[in-house]
Amino acid sequence: MVDPEIRVVTIAELGILRAVEEDPATGRVTVTITPTYTGCPAMDVIRADIRHALAAAGHPDSEVRTVYSPAWSTDWISETGRAKLAAAGIAPPAPAGAGAVVPLTLAVRCPRCGSPETEQVSRFGSTACKALWRCRSCSEPFDHLKAL
Amino acid sequence: MKNTFALALALGDDALIAAQRLGEWASRAPEMEEDIALANIALDQLGAARLLLTYAGELEGAGRDEDALAYLRDDREFTNCLLVELPNGDFAVTMAKLLLLSAYQLPLYTALAGCADERLAAIGAKARKESAYHLDHAALWVRRLGDGTDESHRRMQAAVDEVWPYAQELFRPWPGAPVDPATLRADFDGRVDAVLAEATLTRPADGWAPAGGRDGLHTEHLSFLLAEMQVLHRAHPGAKW
Repeated sequence: MVDPEIRVVTIAELGILRAVEEDPATGRVTVTITPTYTGCPAMDVIRADIRHALAAAGHPDSEVRTVYSPAWSTDWISETGRAKLAAAGIAPPAPAGAGAVVPLTLAVRCPRCGSPETEQVSRFGSTACKALWRCRSCSEPFDHLKAL
Repeated sequence: MKNTFALALALGDDALIAAQRLGEWASRAPEMEEDIALANIALDQLGAARLLLTYAGELEGAGRDEDALAYLRDDREFTNCLLVELPNGDFAVTMAKLLLLSAYQLPLYTALAGCADERLAAIGAKARKESAYHLDHAALWVRRLGDGTDESHRRMQAAVDEVWPYAQELFRPWPGAPVDPATLRADFDGRVDAVLAEATLTRPADGWAPAGGRDGLHTEHLSFLLAEMQVLHRAHPGAKW
């Protein structure tokens, strides 16, 4: 199932999907998810999409649980997820590092031309998890998934 | 338990009212990127508010959910600090308010992340990462305006002077709370002093210390804010999109 706002990665690749459990006795499926940001407005759509996907797969009775601990980190985005983000023109995050609250990003490579000559236009972008950047080499603007 | 409920409610109210005020900038910020930034920060605050108010409702045990707490209480029942309900003023005032608020929320959420209450610890661990971005953003603008032109410096200093008295209420001792905010003052001072120094601004002296927010005694500004925020829910109870 893809993320409703970043439609190139699945919720598993993004690290939002934490667990899927099926009760062997009843067949009831419990899905555990965690938000990227506390106010992420896509959460309701994600919950609905999960229930819809489960119903379509023959599990009409399901539960979607939301957990907040441990807090989501961009380090949970899989290698495949990072590659897909980059291919879609979204620069993937640098490692957030253990313990650091907001790490410094040394260089963000332009996902179009690969140049490290880039600059931040705005720390806040089209969704809570992205920042706006611009490439000084090819002049293209691009999204960057902020390390968190 | 009573203190945990009261703290969750107070911090939830801080975040909710801050979100509503920041949201007022939508479509009116000085540039498009800033419009998006303020809306994003408002969204983070709203996210934290929802978690905190939901938990407060559960602790209270009276059947009130996040919506009942947000939309069906009157001003005297809100325990947010006065700082967040103050009008936005000009952009400098908004940034001065955000600087003080995030320099308070960051160490507070960080301390909550290590407290004994599991739910508050989870909320703190999540929200502190977002607060760090808010503080960074506010600091960036305060430095840029303070260390900018004569006019931007004058207005940034005036903004800091205007909101400074309201910071003192944040650190009123709260014995028995999962985290006593009074213990965070040094952390706050360290962060804010560093930004003000880089911004070539003068730290105002502590003097007049307006307070009362935590006891439900607010400025008149909160009533107007609540009227706008609550009207739809009260006029159409149970309305859904």
